[in-house]
Amino acid sequence: MMTSADLLAMADQLCPMYALVDGNGRLRGVGPTLKKLRPDFEWEGRRFFRVFDLLRPRWVRSMDDLLQTAGSKLHLQFRDSPHTSLKGVLVPLPDGEGALINLSFGISVLEAVRDYDLTSADFSPTDLTIEMLYLVEAKSAAMEASRQLNLRLQGAMIAAEEQAFTDTLTGLKNRRAMDHILGRLIGAGADFALMHVDLDFFKEVNDTLGHAAGDAVLQNVAKVMVECTRQTDTVARVGGDEFVMLFEGVREPKILETLATRLITQLEEPVPYGGRLCKVSASAGTTLSVWNTVPFEAAEILHQADVALYAAKRAGRSRHCFYEQGMEKDEQLATP
Amino acid sequence: MHGLINRAIQVFVASTYGEERWRDVMDLAGLGFAEFEAMLIYTDEQSNTMLSAMEQVLERPLPEILEDMGTFLVSNPQVEALRRLLRFGGVNYVEFLHSLDDLPDRARLAVADLHLPALELVEHSPGQFDLICQPGLPGYAFVMMGVLRAMGDDYGDLVILDHRGTQDGAEVISITLVETDFAEGRAFDLGAHSL
Repeated sequence: MMTSADLLAMADQLCPMYALVDGNGRLRGVGPTLKKLRPDFEWEGRRFFRVFDLLRPRWVRSMDDLLQTAGSKLHLQFRDSPHTSLKGVLVPLPDGEGALINLSFGISVLEAVRDYDLTSADFSPTDLTIEMLYLVEAKSAAMEASRQLNLRLQGAMIAAEEQAFTDTLTGLKNRRAMDHILGRLIGAGADFALMHVDLDFFKEVNDTLGHAAGDAVLQNVAKVMVECTRQTDTVARVGGDEFVMLFEGVREPKILETLATRLITQLEEPVPYGGRLCKVSASAGTTLSVWNTVPFEAAEILHQADVALYAAKRAGRSRHCFYEQGMEKDEQLATP
Repeated sequence: MHGLINRAIQVFVASTYGEERWRDVMDLAGLGFAEFEAMLIYTDEQSNTMLSAMEQVLERPLPEILEDMGTFLVSNPQVEALRRLLRFGGVNYVEFLHSLDDLPDRARLAVADLHLPALELVEHSPGQFDLICQPGLPGYAFVMMGVLRAMGDDYGDLVILDHRGTQDGAEVISITLVETDFAEGRAFDLGAHSL
């Protein structure tokens, strides 16, 4: 016949976090790991409910209630600090002698291992806690490696975007690309024309119809510009509503005048957006590389086109001007 | 070969021989990049190119370098996580040796696409073992030699290792546990890791 001492010796090995409770709800024995959680406790004879707060099921108020829970999951926590939470299951002993309650940490095991300095020897060899701790650490390490990779990829993506040559909204080349091509044309000593285009009344569209309407207008502008130019020409969006076009091999102002006029006319075609019509126009200023004496800088030629553009603006917008020597003086007079 | 393995080699070379030597290795390998990412996969060809470049730059036989790397992986504080994961294998060295059978599965549990060759521990008599390393990862047995040696130190046991060559395509390491508690091992605290 097995004595209760035999039973507890077995339980020490199999489930070292058990609590043996008598019919009056007093503790008659606890497993070695449970003992380790409160090493200074005098466990023997203490009331189970004095040590543990039963969180669920809520209807349990007495030892008799507790016995009724046999087989179902209990949620408990220590009444004193640290209030480690525990899971448990109760098995009644025969002849109303009380019950054996087996406890485990559940998900609180991570803190418990730290708080109580537990080792593998505190868990039964069949307990999966050690495997779980292993998995948590392994996954954290793998996750950290992934996180580092994501950070580096994000950095690389930002760098790539900065280096990219395309304006994402319109699909045109961007300022960086235009600078690059302009530098190459000058470096190669090629003849070319540079036209600086600035939209008129674009701010009004943005202000009255919203940014989405503004974006639709910009996309339409890009389409018109691409249609009005040759494949070998460069069309770049260099600012909010500013564009630069480079025409390689062009020495004739007449071609550019025709092109600019056609461009402005087509840009003035209203763009339908959300049931409304968006109306813009454009001013343009152009300079030719052949009007400069070599060597000259990209900044100089950009400035000439800019000056011509503002001459067009001052002359009443929606028009095109060529750069002429001396225009800078007019600009200085006009802009105090 | 998994990025984790390539990356481990990189970390080992860079911290043992210096960043400059690692750059020399990668320059010689000519793979078009200087760093391996732990969470990407590389072709075996890329890894093998790197390994033979490493052998040339460091001017040491590959098996020696790989064994040092195994030791580094366990004993260097930079890669403490790996040592901790290995220590979860058992409370003493013999238990740790027996846990090696599960190592490829454990590795896959942590990183699903990390495939390590199978390991099999054969116990001939108490304290006398053979570890059979199946093929699949060139040089793996040499890395394991370093790992086994360093883990012996970690547990404070005196261990003698011998690479016995190849049997039926698998490499065999003989392990003799000369003395347990030979020296003070390093502490292993289950909950020391801050999450």
